[in-house]
Amino acid sequence: MRKYSVFALAREAMRAHKGWEQQWTSPEPKSEYDVIIVGAGGHGLATAYYLAKEHGITNVAVLEKGWLGGGNTGRNTTIIRSNYLYDESAGIYEHAVKLWEGLSQDLNYNVMYSARGVMMLAHNIHDVQVFKRHIHANRLNGIDNEWLTPEQVKEFCPPINLSADARYPIIGAALQRRGGTARHDAVAWGYARAAADRGVHIIQNCEVTGVRRAANGAVVGVDTNRGPINAKKVGVVAAGHTSVIMNMADVRMPLESYPLQALVSEPVKPLIPCVIMSNTVHAYISQSDKGEMVIGAGTDQYTSYSQTGGLHIINHTLDAICEMFPVLTRLKMLRSWGGIVDVTPDRSPILAKTPVPGLYVNCGWGTGGFKATPGSGNVFAHTIARDEPHRINAPFTIERFTSGRLIDEAAAAAVAH
Amino acid sequence: MLLIKCPYCEDERPELEFRNAGEAHLVRANPIVDQSDDDFAAFLYFRQNPKGLQFERWRHIHGCGRFFNAVRDSVSDKFLTVYKAGEPKPNVEQLVTRGTTPAEAVVESPAPRTPRTKKAEA
Repeated sequence: MRKYSVFALAREAMRAHKGWEQQWTSPEPKSEYDVIIVGAGGHGLATAYYLAKEHGITNVAVLEKGWLGGGNTGRNTTIIRSNYLYDESAGIYEHAVKLWEGLSQDLNYNVMYSARGVMMLAHNIHDVQVFKRHIHANRLNGIDNEWLTPEQVKEFCPPINLSADARYPIIGAALQRRGGTARHDAVAWGYARAAADRGVHIIQNCEVTGVRRAANGAVVGVDTNRGPINAKKVGVVAAGHTSVIMNMADVRMPLESYPLQALVSEPVKPLIPCVIMSNTVHAYISQSDKGEMVIGAGTDQYTSYSQTGGLHIINHTLDAICEMFPVLTRLKMLRSWGGIVDVTPDRSPILAKTPVPGLYVNCGWGTGGFKATPGSGNVFAHTIARDEPHRINAPFTIERFTSGRLIDEAAAAAVAH
Repeated sequence: MLLIKCPYCEDERPELEFRNAGEAHLVRANPIVDQSDDDFAAFLYFRQNPKGLQFERWRHIHGCGRFFNAVRDSVSDKFLTVYKAGEPKPNVEQLVTRGTTPAEAVVESPAPRTPRTKKAEA
């Protein structure tokens, strides 16, 4: 793989850009691999990359039924933060933020990580109490998070509406300065390029149709629309379709799949300098480098695999956005779309071994998995390579729903996140 | 937004009047103390989450307030049928082959419309 650098750019500029290599190849599937990863989204590709880089396992296939990064990796609102309440969550999300900080260098691919700050707005006394508790808990875990007065909110994000007449007036905010955004497509492409360079096969348009098991129950491979592929270890990283894949191995999951929507506006001049989140009025907004307002809405109330949600859901979010930013009321929305997110009862993920030997699962990221992409892939690769969880993901088991040791971020945030 | 028929009100109403209440036909053990932890976890947390036809509960919370069950395709979001709480699971295969779902009936045989120009002439 030729390294990307300013010198490479200059060299190619001199010869009409004819020397750029393909970023990854599309090999035919072999009959056997050491490890198969099901799903070439950010988490799956990151898992393959860290398997190759940190554990020396390069005989790996990443199977993708569509195109890589075409699921939730390409559909999210690219928010990165680690200010979660519980120690277990803080551990895994902060692990991810630390990897984000060096990811472009590590992958030799500009993922455009921008630590522009994530500001979570408080609209009532309950919000204030919850966020202050979060701030204290985060600081005990070594994670930056600070309280802003309304004046400081306005200073940090000038277009915001501080009017006391607002239906939900802004009375403060929690700010994580190291939070921000990254370019989601570049994350998938960067991991794909770096993994393929280390020998990983990325096989697109290859849908898993069955999980093959030996007489003793252990995994021996998968069936696909391009024929059977053998592997003694299979990692399922299939987001909204995890229940479907796990059902092929007769494992029922504590998951439900919901449509989650996002939308972008027409591009305008730089206006919003940070990420704004409001759990209370349910709105998420940031501005992309292209100038579009990137807006996240909520999930529909019913489970679905339709990759489309109800119009009233995004309408509700736009009502909130317009009240927070009256300057945006005349802005036209260009596109809206939906993705299918797999939600656990406690809104924390599952990264674990399963009751089936050789079968591993990384799922349940619900409405907020993008931020965890590097950390998730890193500890999941460890789990697959060593057949035991990393210290960081050890609490994120399936068994916690039987033992009752939940990591209840659902109750902590009282909202999808 | 979904259009949902309440089997009690016998009317199709917008989704905003309803609250989805998850997978249907989950039965709590009685007495519950005799249940193993695994069985209780299965009842409380583990779900089929199928891609295709699913049985689900709805509550007509801004209408009659009653719970009922529905069969819906989780890919097309189309309802095959709705039925009252306590009624047995309908035979899904029969529903699919007959194709007599309320939603499909509406799509396939729209009420004949007279074009406006003709109406003006009449």
